[in-house]
Amino acid sequence: MNMRWTIGVGLLAGFGLCWAIPHYEWLDPYVQLVLMYLGINIILTASLNLVNGYMGEFSVGHAGFMAVGAYVASILTVLVFPEEGSAYYFPLAIMGGGLGAAATGLIVSIPSFRARGDYLAIVTLAFNMIVKSVLENLEVVGGPRGFMGMEQLTTLPWVYVWVVITIWILRNLVYSKYGRGMAAIREDEIVCDLCGVHTRRVKISAFLVSAFFAGVAGGLYAHLLQFINPRMFDILKSTEVLIMLYLGGMASLGGSMIGATIYTVVMEVLRAQGGFRMVLMPLLLIFLMLFRPRGIFGLKEFSWLIPWRDLLLMRQLRTRKEVPRASAEG
Amino acid sequence: MHLLKAEHVTHRFGGLCAVSDFNLRLEPGELVGLIGPNGAGKTTVFNLMTGVYEASQGSIEFEGEELVGQSPSEIHALGMARTFQNIRLFKKMTVLDNVRLARYAKLGYNPIEALFHIGRFRSEEKKILAHARELLELFDLAGHLGELAENLPYGLQRKLEIVRALASNPRILLLDEPAAGMNPAEIGHLMAFIQKIRKDFGLTIVLIEHQMRLVMGICERLVVLDFGATIAEGLPRDIQSHPKVLEAYLGEETPG
Repeated sequence: MNMRWTIGVGLLAGFGLCWAIPHYEWLDPYVQLVLMYLGINIILTASLNLVNGYMGEFSVGHAGFMAVGAYVASILTVLVFPEEGSAYYFPLAIMGGGLGAAATGLIVSIPSFRARGDYLAIVTLAFNMIVKSVLENLEVVGGPRGFMGMEQLTTLPWVYVWVVITIWILRNLVYSKYGRGMAAIREDEIVCDLCGVHTRRVKISAFLVSAFFAGVAGGLYAHLLQFINPRMFDILKSTEVLIMLYLGGMASLGGSMIGATIYTVVMEVLRAQGGFRMVLMPLLLIFLMLFRPRGIFGLKEFSWLIPWRDLLLMRQLRTRKEVPRASAEG
Repeated sequence: MHLLKAEHVTHRFGGLCAVSDFNLRLEPGELVGLIGPNGAGKTTVFNLMTGVYEASQGSIEFEGEELVGQSPSEIHALGMARTFQNIRLFKKMTVLDNVRLARYAKLGYNPIEALFHIGRFRSEEKKILAHARELLELFDLAGHLGELAENLPYGLQRKLEIVRALASNPRILLLDEPAAGMNPAEIGHLMAFIQKIRKDFGLTIVLIEHQMRLVMGICERLVVLDFGATIAEGLPRDIQSHPKVLEAYLGEETPG
């Protein structure tokens, strides 16, 4: 129970900090911008981890969901919601973006019933390309020229709130029967089915939730840049998320946070190096795959993310196991 | 009333007839051995009974309910659990989660309750955690609860696979070569272990095994398969001297 208090206080302190930084201009605006990108990257990476890490599929079209979220949220703020009080409608717009993306996630989950591994990767790749082409041909949203007119509604506190919501919801899902079902699908789908799991329902839930948060990230991204075009959400963007994911580690929310942080920070630090950073970063990834293929934090988790009942039981029984051994020696 | 009744079950892979006209009746509480040479179709019979394959012909009834055409998870919900010839644990999941997963269908909470950890989620998860703990303590695996299944020694992995099967409170347990890779002393323990779980959990067990000591030692009835067909059925001591069985295992006697 002590842990819960610590987490609560920590979260509040984090929010206070995220509110105070822009308010008192503690940090350079550029650093604040990087922090907001970092938050968006954490949301993207953690949500992709659900499908790629926990469920062990290989989705390479995450930017497609992000695009849907970005466009839906932007259309909502620019064309649908009234201009006054736009800051109050902002969370609704982001939710709308997430729901739009979740709806497309539902469509993508259907081929996943039959296709696995490489084949599903091709399906998600095609999905990403379809989204991009459709947006390029929709004149209502500016076609290839892109869509603008959004206010800069994405602020540091808002990014913080959405990161917390994302991690909290994903963590809840992962530590439920659905999360265990996802991991079991990754390990052995036939046995998973034989253990009574409705594998289809589990796959749908993974794609829905993963796409929802990708859409949320897209909405935040659009209202940070105040301009979006279809090219921003091509396969390269998806690859970037994959790099952050594999860097941090599979099946670990902590890993996603670490991976997104390292990638975002290193890329900014190397910005002075110009094009060379595009060589350095992949090189880092190659070394990581050679020496630590699981990623930095793969299959591990911060203890504060694990349900306390599980944690307590593991600790309790681990010590009990060691008691007779010690007494036998003495 | 038979607990399980398989009649004229036939299964073809393309042109190959893996199981032809297989018949089996199980009484509650029985321990039946399914034996036969390699490639006789024993594991295919398990796959047909659990719904991994759908029988081309024939019917399998579990207390009057037709199993052919039902999905593996539906059949599992009726009370059928199994283990595998080559251990198929969820390797990169903890021992605890391997056991908890098998109770997936027993958890009634909905996705919304799961996303927010509210409502039925709390009480039901608490219950299955306690159940998993109890089960793991009963089989001396509780100390390994937080370890990944792949890190357990071989013998414990075999045991965990059986515990996972028991976790869903099955009525029928199918064991596919439980003694594979065990030494004689371990086989002795396994025999006692199988007898014990049958009694304690009120199980009906069908087991596939090549270790004759185990088969003859604990099975009450044997069914012999060869080339997908049942060639003999009866008490272990009768089967031992059954001419067709000897022929299947050792080959035909050449005259002269």
